[in-house]
Amino acid sequence: MTDTTAEQTNTPDSNSGLKKFLSSFSLLRESWVGMIGLFLVVFWVSIAIFVDLLPLQDPLAQTRGAINLPMLTEDKKGIMHWMGTDDRGRDLLARLLHGSRVVLFWSTLATIVAYSVGMLMGVTAGYRGGWWDEIISFMGNVLLSFPQIVLLLVILTAFGPNSNVGVWMNSTLGLGKTVVSGALIIVAITFSTAPQVARIVRGIVLDLKTRDYIAAAEVRGEGPLWIMLVELLPNARGPLIVDACLRLGYVIITIALLGFLSLGLPPPDPDWGKMISDGRQWGYNGLNIMLWPALAISSLVLGLNLLADGLREISLRD
Amino acid sequence: MIQLAGKRLVQMALIMLTVSLLLFLAFEADKYSLAGKVLGAYSTQDQRLLWLEENGYNAPFVQRYFTWIINAARGDFGESVQFATPVSKLLKDHLLNTAVLGGLVFTITVSIALVLGVLSGIAEGSTRDRGITVLAVITTSVPEFASATILVAIFVFWLDILPGTSPFSNGLTWSDANQLVLPVMVLVIYNFGYYTRMTRASMAEVMTSQYVRTAILKGLPYKRVIMRHALRNALIAPFTVMILQLNYLLSGVIVTEVFFSYKGFGKLLYEAALFGDIFVIEACAMVAVFIAVFSQFVSDIGYTLLNPRIRFS
Repeated sequence: MTDTTAEQTNTPDSNSGLKKFLSSFSLLRESWVGMIGLFLVVFWVSIAIFVDLLPLQDPLAQTRGAINLPMLTEDKKGIMHWMGTDDRGRDLLARLLHGSRVVLFWSTLATIVAYSVGMLMGVTAGYRGGWWDEIISFMGNVLLSFPQIVLLLVILTAFGPNSNVGVWMNSTLGLGKTVVSGALIIVAITFSTAPQVARIVRGIVLDLKTRDYIAAAEVRGEGPLWIMLVELLPNARGPLIVDACLRLGYVIITIALLGFLSLGLPPPDPDWGKMISDGRQWGYNGLNIMLWPALAISSLVLGLNLLADGLREISLRD
Repeated sequence: MIQLAGKRLVQMALIMLTVSLLLFLAFEADKYSLAGKVLGAYSTQDQRLLWLEENGYNAPFVQRYFTWIINAARGDFGESVQFATPVSKLLKDHLLNTAVLGGLVFTITVSIALVLGVLSGIAEGSTRDRGITVLAVITTSVPEFASATILVAIFVFWLDILPGTSPFSNGLTWSDANQLVLPVMVLVIYNFGYYTRMTRASMAEVMTSQYVRTAILKGLPYKRVIMRHALRNALIAPFTVMILQLNYLLSGVIVTEVFFSYKGFGKLLYEAALFGDIFVIEACAMVAVFIAVFSQFVSDIGYTLLNPRIRFS
């Protein structure tokens, strides 16, 4: 009796799982807040994917004599700059749209890494308990007692691209500057984000592991690894999907912030945070340069937050 | 009660010790690189070795760590490489400025959040509630450096009524108080949303409780039910969360200080990080963690003191 119910809840065939997933999106239609969020996110994601197909200028090409142009002006060659140009004569619209790819690529990667580490820590701590739980929770508390920016500054100063570690990765491993910076930023973000994820997952797992189907799985003789990955994590996905949306928003803010603090990815690739800090040096002329990326980050993060809100509303309903 | 406080204090000390060890490992485990950072990239090998010898860096690691941590506990964090002044003096001045900014922001944010949170929590699901919730989501989605950019565009370049930086070159004086307007605005806008949602959730929960229903059913005026019965219980949870959030507030303060070049703790830390001023970074990180852990302690103790169910059990 318990066995069959356990079978039903634990191994839904992929078809119905996919259907459920899609139907949760159609449920979004009922929440207009969620719909606006979904629209903003889809807009930026599709720009990031298809930016090469758009008729844009080269985001890295510098034009002499077309520096800090205001919006909607043509340069001497008769090329229209819809948003104007920056202090090196690069087309701002092209940089802004290409920047979405840079931001979304690194932040998604960082979120995936941080989430995987956090889930692993959380699920093992929650399921195993005992001394392992004590260690994970204590280390999590230690890392969470840093204000996030302080932790990032400490990690990136001690082990950043200019430290021995960064230089070693660059020269000995032969990795490019962007890859080294990106990898170190991902590590820093993992240190600051994974403990939060672990804490949430641990809480859910502590609740789930008292359920009958976990007892059934243990009686069936399933190994702890199988139980953690196949029985516990998929059943914790509801709140985690909502949290992942919010978390991705925070990571986007963090990556843009690091760019703004000139601790981010190296130039010349467009980076929204760096664009803001570049524009600030030009006062009134730079207003154009810094205002657009500020609006871009805000709209992307707003989209994710509204989407998370909509998803939470739906998950609370049923 | 005292037992709980003692337990929390021990935890606090453990966390601080672990943090100090991690910081020391990260920055001072490699003493040759440390000497290079302190003396500059163009110092000779002999100079570095001499410096290490003179400052006792040839002692074993454990001994060095204990000397460092004991001095740190006494408030002696060494001398800043960048400014050639004791770190503790730098820290004192900058922390004071940050306390002014942070205190202002915290007071204003909490007042706005309590009013809005209560207004939306007592009428869950109404248009007003929805409006406030959406406003809170929108303002928390705009990161500080983006909202600062937008506000500077409006108030400095377009309307031209406020200064765009807050260096306070003559010290914190009333005549320069308008320099504080934009930083405070940026931080309040970013932070009030979360506080409002916390208050709203707590208020909404209390409004569905039995004793509020009883109070309404026995015919008390609505205003009295809210003020005397609901509010006092609804404010316990958000208040402790708000103190717990000081940690996140500090993160935002750092960004805002850098944006407006306000001479506070955050700007000190950021410039030290760019310069590689190791001793200042260590001191700032220790202070930041202390603030975080201490606010957690205050929030835990405050919760037990405020909540009669725990106090009398």
